[in-house]
Amino acid sequence: MENVSVSVKDLSLSFGAVTVLDTLNLDIKDGEFLVLLGSSGCGKSTLLNCIAGLLDVSDGQIFIKNKNVTWEEPKDRGIGMVFQSYALYPQMSVEKNLSFGLKVAKVEKAEIDKRVSRAAEILQIQPLLKRKPAELSGGQRQRVAIGRALVRDVDVFLFDEPLSNLDAKLRSELRVEIKRLHQSLKNTMIYVTHDQIEALTLADRIAVMKSGVIQQLADPMTIYNAPENLFVAGFIGSPSMNFFRGELQLKDGRAFVHANGVDFDVSAYPSRGPFKSGQKVVLGVRPEHVRVDEALSGQASHQAVVDIEEPMGADNLLWLKLAGQSMSVRIAGQRRYKPGTEVTLSFDMAAASIFDAVSENRL
Amino acid sequence: MPEIVAFNTIAAGIEPEVEKVQARATQVGPRGRKPRRALSGRNIMIYGTLIVVALYYLLPLYVMVMTSLKGMPEIRLGNIFAPPLEITFEPWVKAWSSACTGLNCDGLSRGFWNSVRITVPSTIVSIAIASVNGYALANWRFKGADLFFTILIVGAFIPYQVMIYPIVIVLRELGVYGSLTGLIIVHTIFGMPILTLLFRNYFAGLPEELFKAARVDGAGFWTIYFRIMLPMSMPIFVVAMILQVTGIWNDFLFGVVFTRPEYYPMTVQLNNIVNSVQGVKEYNVNMAATILTGAVPLIVYFVSGRLFVRGIAAGAVKG
Amino acid sequence: MAGHTRGSGRPNQWLRNLNAKLASIPMILTAVVIFLGGTVWTVVYSFTNSRLLPRLSFVGLDQYERLWAAPRWLISVQNLVIYGFFSLIFSLAIGFLLAALMDQKIRFENTFRTIMLYPFALSFIVTGLVWQWLLNPEYGIQSVVRSLGWTSFAFDPLYNSNIVIYGILIAALWQGTGLVMCLMLAGLRGIDEDIWKATRVDGIPMWKTYLLVIIPMMRGVFITTLVIIASGIVKVYDLVVAQTSGGPGIASEVPAKYVYDYMFQAQNLGQGFAASTMMLVTVAIIIVPWAYLEFGGGRKRA
Repeated sequence: MENVSVSVKDLSLSFGAVTVLDTLNLDIKDGEFLVLLGSSGCGKSTLLNCIAGLLDVSDGQIFIKNKNVTWEEPKDRGIGMVFQSYALYPQMSVEKNLSFGLKVAKVEKAEIDKRVSRAAEILQIQPLLKRKPAELSGGQRQRVAIGRALVRDVDVFLFDEPLSNLDAKLRSELRVEIKRLHQSLKNTMIYVTHDQIEALTLADRIAVMKSGVIQQLADPMTIYNAPENLFVAGFIGSPSMNFFRGELQLKDGRAFVHANGVDFDVSAYPSRGPFKSGQKVVLGVRPEHVRVDEALSGQASHQAVVDIEEPMGADNLLWLKLAGQSMSVRIAGQRRYKPGTEVTLSFDMAAASIFDAVSENRL
Repeated sequence: MPEIVAFNTIAAGIEPEVEKVQARATQVGPRGRKPRRALSGRNIMIYGTLIVVALYYLLPLYVMVMTSLKGMPEIRLGNIFAPPLEITFEPWVKAWSSACTGLNCDGLSRGFWNSVRITVPSTIVSIAIASVNGYALANWRFKGADLFFTILIVGAFIPYQVMIYPIVIVLRELGVYGSLTGLIIVHTIFGMPILTLLFRNYFAGLPEELFKAARVDGAGFWTIYFRIMLPMSMPIFVVAMILQVTGIWNDFLFGVVFTRPEYYPMTVQLNNIVNSVQGVKEYNVNMAATILTGAVPLIVYFVSGRLFVRGIAAGAVKG
Repeated sequence: MAGHTRGSGRPNQWLRNLNAKLASIPMILTAVVIFLGGTVWTVVYSFTNSRLLPRLSFVGLDQYERLWAAPRWLISVQNLVIYGFFSLIFSLAIGFLLAALMDQKIRFENTFRTIMLYPFALSFIVTGLVWQWLLNPEYGIQSVVRSLGWTSFAFDPLYNSNIVIYGILIAALWQGTGLVMCLMLAGLRGIDEDIWKATRVDGIPMWKTYLLVIIPMMRGVFITTLVIIASGIVKVYDLVVAQTSGGPGIASEVPAKYVYDYMFQAQNLGQGFAASTMMLVTVAIIIVPWAYLEFGGGRKRA
């Protein structure tokens, strides 16, 4: 197993009576790209700031490269950080922005020049070195901000929603660049975002957070395909997973979820333990795991009515009414349906998720 | 949430050997909040400086109150920082009702009521006019409006001394020179730049859709002002009021220039009492009179708190 | 013009937005008649030999020559320069220092701010009289220090023509630094929190951060504050009247007082107008470059 790069042990943080993080544990491997994902106020940025040393923790410990840095100043932790608002020093040129910290740390002139030109080369900002931040575009500013972390020659990079202030096109471009940067540098990167696309595309592992607690920590595919609880299932994916609240029933060696008067055959579901008859559950099926007018072997079919159609080019999103409940299905773009059309659905239960209705955990 | 916490530990997926290494570190290394001494050098410096500064700011107020509560013999003997041995309210009574200004001997009460008679209508008139001005500038722009507004704002920087005499002439022509009306007009004029700016910026900050929706509903200039803008703008009216009440109450120059002695505001009266060359100086009466004059703006300040700061910041930063 | 040809339904250009125009009459009158007209009037009459009443008999630059030959005016100007220089330096320095201290996430911030700002709510007259009392050599600070044993201690600025202007400066700073502190604090609070974080990650010491990063970022706040202080300095009048009435002798005279005295007491309007025009020129020297920097470069409102 690789070495652990950053390790968070029993971390708690509270501001007065408000607990933001509660005994949180997290280990990040050397060279790993870890994304902290969650909606605003879930504690993901707080966690990042604790790792950076910008916030004092209430309890617990933080290790970076097996060194206990809980009480260390940010500059002594071996981290570089990139901020959402870039936080470039506005009156300094790009070059000075990159070298300022090194100069204050009394690094040799030749070494500074070497590091600055290397960072400028990696990020392709050599032509901008003499400019002031105000003369740069948002994307260029963010590159300079990354450069400032780069010149510090550190093991761990921390990104605090670095792309949130950019428009959609730039965001996807820089996303690719950050991924490329990670592939060539192989540093540990911890990346905070509320954007699930960023999380899914960039991460080696994603930690989905809610109310200061990590809900699931896994690789993107596991997070997407096998969400650990109802929150993760609902948070990841757009449009959202379809949920059917109902009751488990075991009949003739087969398992059903009885919801809204419909029996969903879930025998194909790879459950972790034996089903209990009568258990209240939530059945979750992603829009792309439902077939329209196309039988799936071994799966029962259900009748539904098309409510609204949302063509999106490559895909076509159908909003259907199934036994009075609204649900969405993703089909190929060229297949079109008129509202009111009756269709036959079959569910790919092997790819579905079932959660306990009370504990909301995956079964 | 015991399940989730338990799950959390599993999900963190610690390799056994790594766990051992870190379990050891856990025992030795720093943990939890970084210890900070409450009396660190940094804190001593910060709070020390701030406390010394605060004392410096409070000192004059303290001395004023102490002096005003002493009798004259005690003032001649003791030092100004010492609290009174024998508290007397006589200086206050005298300052209010019988101190002499050189013209008359009925104390500050006359000035107080003059100031009230000046401040109340001046505040109301200046705010009424400036708020409508600001509203017109923000929502009903007409050609040339910005030009007049620019002149108005630039004019705010012109020393009053430059414009005093022409105003005297205008007021004399209107037949209101020396009267309360004249002074109210002067306060309205000189309050206009800052108030108009204040209201213009505030109204411009309100969602424009609201204004558009009202127009689509058929509301006109005054209906929108009274029914929509006014009810939404109470905070800024309070800020403007604070600004005007303290500003007009504290005015001295306009009071001297534009009123006859019988209408002199409190500040002028106070100055005449204290700096009157006649008679023996009664410092306790002077200080009581000074506190009385400062009391109104001080009360406004302490009651309004943050709004006052907002008012001066709006006035100062943009002014 | 074009409106008439387009059809009868279009209302007269002048009647459009009529209510707004009517409502703006007070502003237009103030701006044009008082501010613009009054200023021009004063400047024009400063070239006349008006004495008790304004008269349009031009005498060229006579009033200005007389003004700059008058010892009282020269002392006024000298006082204003000293007072202005030190009050700028000290209010900016003290104001910023206090704001920086207040920005250290301290407790009782509101209490400290309330205390530092309350003098600003007071009238200059009140401030002047309080400090007149505190600086009274017989009973004030000087006598208290002397009674502690330092019998030769001398601190009587208001009675010493050489340093009287510093006595006024003390009172002015007491009243005004709170405001500067508030403006600076607002400026500090306006700085992106991430900048502070970035400097901590970069390991920049706090004083260096202030000096090399924060202060340059607050350039706008500094300039605005400077303009506010400066235009206040030129207007200084009440404080001097209350504290010293210009004395001892004419040692603490200031231009604003010169204007008032010549207009309304010496009945030499021409001198008053010339002196006030000089004040206007001073303000223009301060304001115009600032306005040019701030609003110049074709900033147009849509």
